[in-house]
Amino acid sequence: MSGDRTIARERIESGVREGLGRRCLALAWSSRERLWIDIEPASIRDAVACMCRRLGARLATATGFDAADAFEVLYHFAFDAEGIVATLRVRIQDRERPEIDSVADFLPSANWIEREIYDILGIRFRGHPDPRRLLLSDDWPEGVHPLRRKA
Amino acid sequence: MKTKIPIGPYHPLMEEPESFLLDVDGDRITGIDVRLSYNHRGIEKLSEGRTFEQVPFIVERICGICSNSHPYAYVLAFEDLAGIQVPERAQYIRTIVAELERIHSHFLWIGLAGHFLGYNTVFMWAWKHREDILDAFEAISGNRQNYAVMCPGGVRWDIDDDARRLIAEKIDAIEPKARLFLKAICDDPVLHARLRGVGVLPKEDAIAYGALGPTARASGLAIDVRRDHPYGAYDRVEWDVCVEGGCDVLAKAMVRARENIESIRIIRQCLRDLPPGPIRVEPEEAPAGEGIGHVEAPRGECFHYVRSDGGNRPIRHKVRAPTFMNLPTCQVTVPGMTLADTTIVLAAIDPCYCCTERTVVVRRDGSRVGWGDLVRLSREKTERLCREIRRPER
Repeated sequence: MSGDRTIARERIESGVREGLGRRCLALAWSSRERLWIDIEPASIRDAVACMCRRLGARLATATGFDAADAFEVLYHFAFDAEGIVATLRVRIQDRERPEIDSVADFLPSANWIEREIYDILGIRFRGHPDPRRLLLSDDWPEGVHPLRRKA
Repeated sequence: MKTKIPIGPYHPLMEEPESFLLDVDGDRITGIDVRLSYNHRGIEKLSEGRTFEQVPFIVERICGICSNSHPYAYVLAFEDLAGIQVPERAQYIRTIVAELERIHSHFLWIGLAGHFLGYNTVFMWAWKHREDILDAFEAISGNRQNYAVMCPGGVRWDIDDDARRLIAEKIDAIEPKARLFLKAICDDPVLHARLRGVGVLPKEDAIAYGALGPTARASGLAIDVRRDHPYGAYDRVEWDVCVEGGCDVLAKAMVRARENIESIRIIRQCLRDLPPGPIRVEPEEAPAGEGIGHVEAPRGECFHYVRSDGGNRPIRHKVRAPTFMNLPTCQVTVPGMTLADTTIVLAAIDPCYCCTERTVVVRRDGSRVGWGDLVRLSREKTERLCREIRRPER
């Protein structure tokens, strides 16, 4: 079992390195089952397509985070056959108008979570097919995002 | 005549309001739009104000039915972050509690499904037998719900010999009932006529939407966090992942009915093999960093992400419940269905299914149709099928 897992880890890591190429800025394991990968926001569509289509991962969800000097979006992918969760991390430096390309047009499982992250953090997902409010109530003021540090 | 039917958002039975807007052409659904979060409680933000030890009590209140799943995913995320090894005995107790919860949750669903189809006896029986499981929870924790079992580093309640005997008795009592429901779903010709081919979610759509739990497994997608990302004692006991290929409501019912039997198997083995020893380790201070925990809740994967800056509280705690992924599949399963089938199709993913009471259809002539009428339509269809199947014309 543990031997299988080691082989699985190596296969996932080499698959990610090959698939992302120079788009992969950093790659690290925090434990036997947790892989963390840093990429540039500009390469998010290619990277997500690589994870889901080429490597067969399942997008479990994404996490938005206000890191004070930047916004982070973490895309969590589950490799169910290998027992590994890999997270793609992007850092969006523009605090005034945080934006990143949407992946929801080719990945329905990203649709709601992108809407959620816009609601709570105000990160706009360019090209989202249905960018309506998901979580906040109708009378919540525009431009106020509750998980921002200053909210 | 084109009609729009709003369903929801509030129902006193359900803990999580949602709203569906159905486009209807005659009796056919042509489109569906979902809205949720009428009851956004800001749990993720609340969690940031609590210490790592306190967070389980907050997230336990996310879901009233599977109240153990969120604390379980959270403590796994915290233990992933802090690098904690949980004692063996705690792993087994966690597994027993999680599987007891799956049984009571699936029984609850079977009861609701029976109710919507017009089998109120099923509803009464399923909820009565479910009491056995709640008694077991009471013996473990003192509570029927919100049992507060999970804590970082282990569990808060031990299972002593008395509780062990009682759980074994309750499991013995519920097994014939679980088999009864499984046999009914396998054999009843009316259920087959009513549910086969209804609310079909093809496998490729289940993958595209990221469907989880029984919703995914009924569409032939063999994923189960318990097997794929082992935690607790799931890799120490014998059990099977329940997969069905029918993709319809019948397949979802089959998956849940079979999972009851598997859960009973798992609990029996855990009770038999429960190792001695401590039930928790005191977690040391959490380092700065991040962790991920996920568990197979009754409805599918519960996913938690926790981030620490080295203090005693999370600076970010992301929660993703399985219904978040399963609910959007109604875009695939509902269009094309009749109104009479919509009820059970929406119920089939076992959403924390709050929404559906306040249905009001305003027809162009001004007459109104309510949720009661939808349930009536659903039941009338079952009765019609009953008559056709049980008393065929000579």
